[in-house]
Amino acid sequence: MNSYNFAYLDEQTKRMIRRAILKGLAVPGYQVPFASREMPMPYGWGTGGVQVSAAIMTPADRFKVIDQGSDDTTNAVSIRRFFERTAGVEVTETTTEATVIQTRHRIPEMPLTSGQILVYQVPIPEPLRFLEPSEVETRKMHSLEEYGLMHVKLYEDISQHGAIATAYAYPVKVEGRYVMDPSPIPKFDNPKLESPAIQLFGAGREQRIYALPPHTRVVSLDFEDFPFEANKADAACELCAADTSYLDEVIMDDAGHRMFVCSDTDFCASRRAAGHAGIQEAAI
Amino acid sequence: MYVAVKGGERAIDNAHALLAEKRRGDTAIAELSIAQIREQLSLAVNRVMAEGSLYDPDLAALAIKQAQGDLIEAIFLIRAYRTTLPRFGASEPMDTGKMACTRRVSATFKDAPGGQVLGPTFDYTHRLLDFKLMAEGDVAEAETGTPRREPTPHITEFLNAEGLIQQEAPSDETPGDLTREPLELPAARPLRLQSLTRGDEGFILGMAYSTQRGYARNHAFVGELRIGSVPVEMDIPELGFSIEIGEIEVSECETVNQFKGSKSEPPQFTRGYGLIFGQSERKAISMALVDRALRWKELGEDDMGAPAQDEEFVLYHADNIQATGFLEHIKLPHYVDFQAELELVRKMRAEAQTGLQEAAE
Amino acid sequence: MASEALTGGFANAPHAAAIAFRGAMRAMAMPGVIEHIEGAAGPAPLSPAASALLLTLCDPETPIYLAGIHDTAAVRDWITFHTGAPLTDRARAMFALGTWDALAPHDAYAIGTSEYPDRAATLIVEMPALTAEGARLTGPGIEKEAALNLPDIPFCQANAALYPLGVDLFLTHGNAVAALPRSTKVR
Ligand SMILES: [Zn+2]
Repeated sequence: MNSYNFAYLDEQTKRMIRRAILKGLAVPGYQVPFASREMPMPYGWGTGGVQVSAAIMTPADRFKVIDQGSDDTTNAVSIRRFFERTAGVEVTETTTEATVIQTRHRIPEMPLTSGQILVYQVPIPEPLRFLEPSEVETRKMHSLEEYGLMHVKLYEDISQHGAIATAYAYPVKVEGRYVMDPSPIPKFDNPKLESPAIQLFGAGREQRIYALPPHTRVVSLDFEDFPFEANKADAACELCAADTSYLDEVIMDDAGHRMFVCSDTDFCASRRAAGHAGIQEAAI
Repeated sequence: MYVAVKGGERAIDNAHALLAEKRRGDTAIAELSIAQIREQLSLAVNRVMAEGSLYDPDLAALAIKQAQGDLIEAIFLIRAYRTTLPRFGASEPMDTGKMACTRRVSATFKDAPGGQVLGPTFDYTHRLLDFKLMAEGDVAEAETGTPRREPTPHITEFLNAEGLIQQEAPSDETPGDLTREPLELPAARPLRLQSLTRGDEGFILGMAYSTQRGYARNHAFVGELRIGSVPVEMDIPELGFSIEIGEIEVSECETVNQFKGSKSEPPQFTRGYGLIFGQSERKAISMALVDRALRWKELGEDDMGAPAQDEEFVLYHADNIQATGFLEHIKLPHYVDFQAELELVRKMRAEAQTGLQEAAE
Repeated sequence: MASEALTGGFANAPHAAAIAFRGAMRAMAMPGVIEHIEGAAGPAPLSPAASALLLTLCDPETPIYLAGIHDTAAVRDWITFHTGAPLTDRARAMFALGTWDALAPHDAYAIGTSEYPDRAATLIVEMPALTAEGARLTGPGIEKEAALNLPDIPFCQANAALYPLGVDLFLTHGNAVAALPRSTKVR
């Protein structure tokens, strides 16, 4: 009763998830239904990602977990510990050393390489869900490649606000066929979805798995006169001076002074270790 | 001076230590035993077994203790434990006609073979706080008869004999299993019933209540509500026959619903069905009402657009473990998404501002 | 049941299956890449790679079709003992195993439905050799172009034309495995 299987899940559950992953890889961007299990952490807290990681983990892997780009947020710590305990795998905070990276809401700044696997935690896998609440209907829309509703929504945004009012979980089209939710990553990260790494997406509560094989064509939806823009705060990291990384805004005092720092903590730390210094560091 | 926050690991350890202390409460007060919870909070234990989908009173009691009485948390503990259990096989279909009833009431017939058995019910208690319970006090032994051991026929069967109630077609098909296959819509009735029986009591109650208030009203009477123990039998291939592997307590409710008939069905009564682990009659009745509401399509009724008729709405939102997880996840950090929205709103405001200025010039 | 059926399984199933799956997943994610997977040895004519795929992916929930020389009592017993997978015909198979010719007619397998394209068969094709030459492959998982000695180029082209429907292939020889998902365009 006290000893669990390697990587927690029983072998039959892993096989079921593994089969879903293979079909997901064969049809990139299509959401494969799978019989998600109750995990010892709550739905909505990464159970889909955890089940995918558990199904692909090998004893030789080095595992990294980030939440909001950081290795040290409590939920990232909790998931990393879970695999340390149940799979006995090595863990790391260094993106380049990791073989499997589980993430919530970010793609690391350091370009991923062939052989790495990025596992996304996905809350609502259906990109059409907020336009059409019924699963029966959205499934039909995907099957007929009927994505007009999505274009109408984006276009209404432009006519009302002068811009597409979607800042994260920005929908993409995969290999010219399926519209896919890239999970709630900021749209700044969308261009990184075309990657040499294998990318797997797990939605536990919604019981869906989908995948992007390396180098899959991933296009953020846009219009000719309103091309997609991957924007970020117009500032540089005050710790490491990076001006191309996605930034978190931190409130510094009661007067509302703020500063910008890299959201990717490993990226920031490795830049500082290499001698880069932002305005805060330079001031010391 | 800003330093990137570190210390997630220590924060988690400390939180766990505090939680353990809080669970125990004042150590000057005697600790609750699992047996005490199992015996004295049995209805809470029943709910945890029903929605946890695992019939094990001791583990349910343990979960309640560990969860400090938070029943949804306790249900979660049981579910997470249940999913790791190996499956040795499936039981034979249970025959609730063989139930040794501790309680059995019908709202449609004054009397029927087997009789009305009030049993242990809150129904006619006056809801007055019993201050005697504040002191530990012994309870006088209740007078009991011997429970009827011979089969007690279902009351709806009497209507069936007259052809007045719609027939349920028997089937030997293996029902689907929500815990092993992803839910696919439209869902067959066995899957719907499975979802309802492990669904959140409050949600199912609310849905059932909405049908009574006119959102797809289906004119339900409790044809029969029975609670008692039923043997569970399992076919052992090595032996070549079924053996009884134990007994479980269940609550079963069959509603008799008025039905004017439809394009496909003659005027007759129809049924809703509820079956729940343990004594849990509120849930059993609620389940039967919602089951009946969800059957509109197969009975050729109209879609009234009522929430309780919408199987996708009911089935996707009945599970409190899914619901609570997703609801509570919004307290996890969302800095990144929020930052993205912040930038967008700033950008759109700046553009709107420029637009206004240009218009003014 | 012959004792042959009882041997040839994974020594440490959770670890061995995880390692074998990584190879299978990399093959499916990167069409044309040849991976090596080990640890399983079913009775002849099962290759070690095909044996490992069966142990990693099949169980009582996955009906298997055995074609031609692979449909022997020894192979059937081995599969039943180690995976519990039921044996079935082409149309109902989630997995089919055999040489390319024996698997014919190749259009008899499930190709999925437009709402559920995942409900398509996976064919495990035992190959006389597996080399990175022959047909030219492009598509997801391939940076520019890959090459693989496919068993039947016209079929693979027709299968890709069904996308997002179609069957997915694993090609096995000895310890080697490669894959051809339906998303790959073949020249
Ligand atoms: Zn930085």
